[in-house]
Amino acid sequence: MEFSEHIKTANVEDVVLRRPFHPPMQGTLCVTGHHLLFSNRDGDSSRLVLLLLRNIDAIEKRPSVSSGTITLKCKDLCVLQLDIPGMEECLNIARSIEYLSSLDIVSDMYPFFYRPLKLSLQDQWGLSSPEQNYAQMEELQDRWRLSHVNKDYSVCPSYPPAVIVPHSIDDETLVKVAKFRQGGRFPVLCYYHRKNGMVIMRSSQPLTGANRKRCREDELLLQAVIDGSGLGYIIDTRSNQQAQQARMTGGGFESKSSYSCWKRLHRQLERGKVLQESLIKLVEACGDHSHSVDRWLSKLENSKWLSHVHTALATAGLLAECVERDGHSVLVHGSEGTDATLLVSSLAQLILDPNTRTLDGFLGLLEREWLLAGHPFQHRCAHSAYSHARLRLEAPVFVLLLDCVWQLARQFPLAMGFSEPLLLRLAREVYASDYGTFLCNSDQERCAAGVKERTHCLFQFLLKPSEREHYSNPLYEPTELAIWPSIQPQSLQLWRGLFLRWTQHAVHLEKAQEELRNLVIECRGAS
Amino acid sequence: MEHILTPKVEEVKLLDRYTAKKPAIGTLYLTATHLIFVETSCNTRKETWMLHHLIATVEKLPLTAMGCPLHISCKNFHVAHFVISSERDCQNVHQSLVRLSQPGKVEELYAFLYNPKQDEDERRNGWGFIDSAMDFKRMGLPNEFWEMTDLNKNYELCSTYHSELGIPKTASKGTVFGSAKFRSRGRIPTLSYYHKESNAAICRCSQPLSGLSARCVEDEEMLQAISRANPKSTFMYVVDTRPKLNAMANRAAGKGYENEDNYSNICFQFVGIENIHVMRNSLQKLLEVCAMKSPTMSDYLTGLENSGWLRHIKAVMDAGVFLAKAVAEDKASVLVHCSDGWDRTAQVCSLASILLDPFYRTIKGLMVLIEKEWISMGHKFTQRCGHVDGDPKEVSPVFTQFIECLWNLMEQYPCGFEYNEKYLLEIHNHVYSCQFGNFIGNCQREREEMRLYERTFSVWPFLWENRHQYRNPLHKCSLGREVLRPSTLPLNFKFWCGMYNHFDKGMQPKQSILDHLLTITQKKAEGEKKMTDLQIQLAVMDGVLADQGSPTGTPPEQTSLSPVSVSHTAENAKPLMNGAAVEEAEIELVPTAGSEKMEPVAIEN
Repeated sequence: MEFSEHIKTANVEDVVLRRPFHPPMQGTLCVTGHHLLFSNRDGDSSRLVLLLLRNIDAIEKRPSVSSGTITLKCKDLCVLQLDIPGMEECLNIARSIEYLSSLDIVSDMYPFFYRPLKLSLQDQWGLSSPEQNYAQMEELQDRWRLSHVNKDYSVCPSYPPAVIVPHSIDDETLVKVAKFRQGGRFPVLCYYHRKNGMVIMRSSQPLTGANRKRCREDELLLQAVIDGSGLGYIIDTRSNQQAQQARMTGGGFESKSSYSCWKRLHRQLERGKVLQESLIKLVEACGDHSHSVDRWLSKLENSKWLSHVHTALATAGLLAECVERDGHSVLVHGSEGTDATLLVSSLAQLILDPNTRTLDGFLGLLEREWLLAGHPFQHRCAHSAYSHARLRLEAPVFVLLLDCVWQLARQFPLAMGFSEPLLLRLAREVYASDYGTFLCNSDQERCAAGVKERTHCLFQFLLKPSEREHYSNPLYEPTELAIWPSIQPQSLQLWRGLFLRWTQHAVHLEKAQEELRNLVIECRGAS
Repeated sequence: MEHILTPKVEEVKLLDRYTAKKPAIGTLYLTATHLIFVETSCNTRKETWMLHHLIATVEKLPLTAMGCPLHISCKNFHVAHFVISSERDCQNVHQSLVRLSQPGKVEELYAFLYNPKQDEDERRNGWGFIDSAMDFKRMGLPNEFWEMTDLNKNYELCSTYHSELGIPKTASKGTVFGSAKFRSRGRIPTLSYYHKESNAAICRCSQPLSGLSARCVEDEEMLQAISRANPKSTFMYVVDTRPKLNAMANRAAGKGYENEDNYSNICFQFVGIENIHVMRNSLQKLLEVCAMKSPTMSDYLTGLENSGWLRHIKAVMDAGVFLAKAVAEDKASVLVHCSDGWDRTAQVCSLASILLDPFYRTIKGLMVLIEKEWISMGHKFTQRCGHVDGDPKEVSPVFTQFIECLWNLMEQYPCGFEYNEKYLLEIHNHVYSCQFGNFIGNCQREREEMRLYERTFSVWPFLWENRHQYRNPLHKCSLGREVLRPSTLPLNFKFWCGMYNHFDKGMQPKQSILDHLLTITQKKAEGEKKMTDLQIQLAVMDGVLADQGSPTGTPPEQTSLSPVSVSHTAENAKPLMNGAAVEEAEIELVPTAGSEKMEPVAIEN
């Protein structure tokens, strides 16, 4: 498609750019298909500011007679301001930004145009495949098999082509189970606990409906999961009441009578609109500097963001406890099984599994549990906290995950191989990126759009030697033990690094992190 | 000890306050100074010690099926819930603790019993370790504008100040004594901090006895003298740290605040910090929040808001920032007071000093500051901390708030301070524990009357000896003379879990960055020291010291070896390096940057 037809004014001189931590700058503004380019030639030195249009969440324009001001509120929570001479130019530029920042067609997006010199499209895309993951876990192979029943995405469009299921369950059975689960998301293995052979499974809700329909194959599959070990737990990420209500719309839950060996636990995690509004309120509270301490605390409370962090960590802790301390396998699901389910299952894995706490391991976890598992990134991250657009499918589930991981890392600063900058980088990339990793809603969509052939992979890039250093935790000391977070409200904090990133506060903290890194390197060199 | 009715109770349960974990079972001992709980249910011998004087409240609850609950909460926010099987034992322990935790007189405090096996000389030297008078010298006083006077040497001018006061040179004796009569409890305007760079000064005093219309020429002269001592500025600030309403109410009682019309060139300002009673109640509410059993996030945040605690912390910080800004940016002198000038005034003057002067951000500097602004200026530690049985309305967490403001600053400037959080907690602990004499008494005069310097020990040398624990490994001296300009946006004020839930280990981060950094930097320092020793040994082996006759000897002159000769000797020493001694050396050899040339030696081995 031709971007130029949406760019009436491509260049404006004498624009003033205001942004955090920098004095106002005067220079030339240029609009391209994917970027705002601001350059300023101050004597010999020229400075360039490049802003991905996709990063712009909301735009406010205040035109006056001879000039205009555009405020750009970005998805990474940065707020910029452009003073543009000429009302006409101002309006033209605003219109271009509005259009180009919200492109809908995947193949129009910047990752398909991003061609840096250091990277080649022939490089490996993604870190690992389901086949490789399965091959690495030898100890589970006698009881679990890799099924290719979904190889053409026909059984479950949001699953990867290969998934791990109990050995005794054949593909035919899986097809039937898929029909009994919302979106075809039949129970699959997502974590095998080496210490006691227990597993974490995840799925979507069973479609029992108002008539309490049963599915023999579904019951068989779950029976095969616990196979002799007596009892399993189902953690339903909805309240009991919500689960009951879901029956009215065709959904439901595993009843005691049909699944006698499974014990259901309900933990209500918020999702969708509620979560999005929570983020909006929090960011609004963080940006309003006029209020008193009381008002701030009241707004912080009112946003409920920390409550969501609290619940997510508490539920993940419960899940990990079932597996590690009580020695039972667990199935997690809510309704669709693409949001809260993934949040809880990945946090539990971080608590239990030291392999997921390395830099490579963590990115691998995200690939398995979010990208391949079908978290609808494109829907969830279409807009962030500033947008005035009507909410559709947006929800900051992934940001919530990153926040919870940050809380874990704060409580166990030596246990994680990756650092806060990685989490911040991911929080930014998930909304607007040069890379194709977070495009689309599922593996199927990514393949169809040619994402893996025509864009670069963020995770591969982050693991390059040049980047690795920056995203590693200098204090990292691997531990084999489970890391049990404290979930007392006093132990949880607002993630200042993300939400107050553009305040002066962040500058001192960044300096301190740098200092810490230098100190550790110095000491390591000495011993 | 006549107060101990039952020295030992067995089968006592210690409950976990927050989780449903099984209670620990053990034996409870009452000694003359401590309550000790020794856990018998676990294999490792775990002990919990509580100093009697630290106990704020002991509460015996009605008998339950488990036994008789006894709730103890301490002034350092340590809380313990015991269950004692026999009600009689519980009654006895309760009664003893009530008596032991509230000594009737100062002489019963721990400091008068505590004997760290030092001799008289050490004790006396210890008291001289921190000298606040020296700090005025450091600031460049006396100078052409300011002098140190001993007008108060017999505490005739002001009974609650110490004997040496900094006052403007141009203020005559008559002015000083006249002003003292017009200030509450004779607490005249006196120097707190002198900012060399700008000639501006921070002075402190108590409220004037202005009532509805009273004036005092000497007091007006006194302020003018302070103003004149900063010749480059045309005005000075007078800051009343109270809310305006409180100050106005005081006028009716013959006290009040400065009338701008009567004093020339002053800029008068209220900053609105609440009084000690509001603060005491606020802390009470905060502690109730801390004690909630499994609260939701909303319960906690709402409780935190309702306590008002962080609002008060911000008010104190705002005032400190105002003072520092006046001095550093407006280059104007400031006179600060509240009512008596020993609570809020102490808080804001010390905070401003920390913002202005990096010296107070060092381990020793903080000692000096506390000695200067709190101890010698008559902050009523005995009453505010409730050391002895007295008026509960005099108790207030004024010092705690100061320490918390400091912690907030450290959170904002992780590289700006030489000390770490542990140091603040340790000082806070000692303020309440009364193990040392420093924080006993309400003013200098009282301390002399009690002969504290002869009968107790000073805490400062003790802290100094352990300073390696209190170091901030991230401290950067390069910040230099920088004046700190912290943000006082509400969102920068956090609940201090490390203070209020310090003893609830489950709530703290499970791994400490600070401890880790302290360990690795300590190791590095040790490695470097060994390295130097080794270089000396190698030099000896090389024959540089052949005439010494002993290859392992390390005579003092060897420490000055130049690096060149060291690397040279290292190579020559190669053939000698084998055997066990070298094995050990190998580990130490790789480290320091200065020893690069020695590396090959180690690798070859």
